[in-house]
Amino acid sequence: MELIEAIILAVLAASTPLLLAATGELVTERAGVLNLGVEGMMIVGAACGFGGAWLTGSIIIGALCGIVAGTLLSLVFALMTLGLAVNQVATGLALTILGIGLSGLIGAGFVGERITPAPHLHLPVLTDIPLVGRILFGEDAFVYLSLALVVAVWLFLYRTRAGLVLRAVGDNHVSAHALGYPVLKIRMFAVMFGGACAGLAGAYLPLAYTPFFIPGMTAGRGWIALALVVFASWRPGRLVVGAYLFGAVTILQLHAQGWGVGIPSQFMSALPYLATVIVLVLISRARTGGSTAPAALGTVFVPDR
Amino acid sequence: MRKILIAATAVMLTAGASMFGASAAEKLKVGFIYLGPVGDFGWTYQHDLARQALVKEFGDKIETTYLENVSEGPDAERSIEQLVRAGNKLIFTTSFGYMDPTLKVAKKYPNVHFEHATGFKRDKNMSIYNGRFYEGRYIQGVIAGKMSKSGVLGYIGSFPIPEVVMGINATILGAQTVNPNIKVKIIWANTWFDPGKEADAAKALLDQGADVIMQHTDSPAAMQIASERGKLAFGQDSEMIKFGPNTQLTSIMDNWAPYYIDRVKAELDGKWTSEDTWGGLKSKMVVMAPYTNMPDDVKKLAMDTEAAIIDGKLLPFKCPVVGQDGKEVECKGGTHLDDGQVLGMNFYVKGIDDKIPGK
Repeated sequence: MELIEAIILAVLAASTPLLLAATGELVTERAGVLNLGVEGMMIVGAACGFGGAWLTGSIIIGALCGIVAGTLLSLVFALMTLGLAVNQVATGLALTILGIGLSGLIGAGFVGERITPAPHLHLPVLTDIPLVGRILFGEDAFVYLSLALVVAVWLFLYRTRAGLVLRAVGDNHVSAHALGYPVLKIRMFAVMFGGACAGLAGAYLPLAYTPFFIPGMTAGRGWIALALVVFASWRPGRLVVGAYLFGAVTILQLHAQGWGVGIPSQFMSALPYLATVIVLVLISRARTGGSTAPAALGTVFVPDR
Repeated sequence: MRKILIAATAVMLTAGASMFGASAAEKLKVGFIYLGPVGDFGWTYQHDLARQALVKEFGDKIETTYLENVSEGPDAERSIEQLVRAGNKLIFTTSFGYMDPTLKVAKKYPNVHFEHATGFKRDKNMSIYNGRFYEGRYIQGVIAGKMSKSGVLGYIGSFPIPEVVMGINATILGAQTVNPNIKVKIIWANTWFDPGKEADAAKALLDQGADVIMQHTDSPAAMQIASERGKLAFGQDSEMIKFGPNTQLTSIMDNWAPYYIDRVKAELDGKWTSEDTWGGLKSKMVVMAPYTNMPDDVKKLAMDTEAAIIDGKLLPFKCPVVGQDGKEVECKGGTHLDDGQVLGMNFYVKGIDDKIPGK
């Protein structure tokens, strides 16, 4: 029983950065912008998040630093793709390369330092409930924040007028523009939200997961987040399924190796990717059948003046 | 916008050219290719420490350049060639995956000398060098065997290649000398560097009852997790005690400085020849971090083991080495497995209850 609890706790921690980054990217893409720079924004968020926490001793300030850093980097992307109408794919890739270099520079001063990680919650009574207490109320606050964020994004996209407008911009920017909606402004806010989430996701790594900063520590999680958005067919609910499934299989395959199941580890390492892709594709096919991508995703919009 | 870009590129190119072109003629230029960032606190960090030692030793007689984050494969060839074109006469390529690219460039430029770490292909102008890290692993095994209360060790592997397999075997052979029933759980991360995944692997091993963690991956994440849980662990590549002051037992440290100084000196004296170096504790290419967080008797045992290996009295792969199938492994080195057998090791010794993945 204790082992199952330990596994679930590890899954929660492993899935959280993916979920955070993917949620932000989902909103960005729903507005019709493809920002491939998630990995870059994450790693800069990790460097700044750690730096902030290390200098001030406060995890919250660290998280804020990560959010601000991610947002600033996403503004560079917004300036290029929205302001100058540069190709989004190329700019996104460049943003990743920039972010990786920049994070090394920012982090050079505190490589090898360590901080006290974000505390695990301890709510009186609730956390002590047997079996589920530690899982539902005993992880660090980021875990629950990320889930609340998904709910908020879902409410925003499907239950508010602003969300409807954002989706309209992502599906047909010409019509939205003709109706008088400020397409570029809306897209800029969507890109900034994506940057903030990626920055927070990156900051989660050194603040809660492995409390130190090392260049390259995101190790491709930004790319996984990007893929999750696609396989979740741009829907927040499926994103949660995808992120947790990926996290769960990642942790379970490690345990399976420890138990000596006898399946080659190379296959086991590929399993999270396989399982997530297969499950999400099956869900999408069963429910909708066909592509649900925002129709204007990745296309440049230049308003005629 | 385009004009600005072109101007910026031009400025960068001129700056680059003058950087490469501005040195004095007599200075020996020494180049380095690194796999990770110099601040990885592991493999690349140690190579860069050695580069800094070179600068300290030879001062303005040499000039060093390094390229970091060079991925293994075609990109490496381009980077190595870039160093050649910049006038470097001695080039260290510091990861296994640079082997073929280095060889290719070496054939193209016979007047430049190359030093490739951890590979097995040599040429007239290409030396190879590596550390006998398994000697350190054997000592770690002895310590772990003594320190483990559960009798289960947790081992995080990177890839199932001989270098890693020989480390696992050496650890178990060492541990068996003090606890014949020692068990090891092995988890392959299938990456050299992913702090998050390494931490997850460490958590899984501890959750499954291991109480001493050892790793063949590059970040201090596992050490950190062991420290959080109040368990014990060994560092990797460099001193990691900062990440686990009450956790680190010791660490196998790569000490390339003496070798690099030797080779640069040879180059300066015009005596450089292609060589195959496999240095261990004796030549100080492999150094053990201070033995900490263990009782005095274990510490003494560790130091005695280290001394015995240095004196050549103790050989980690002394015959008979028994494989998992219970059969003795052919003893090609007379009293011990020869270097070829160790370098190509693709079997587990008896006592490891697992299979090498893919075999």
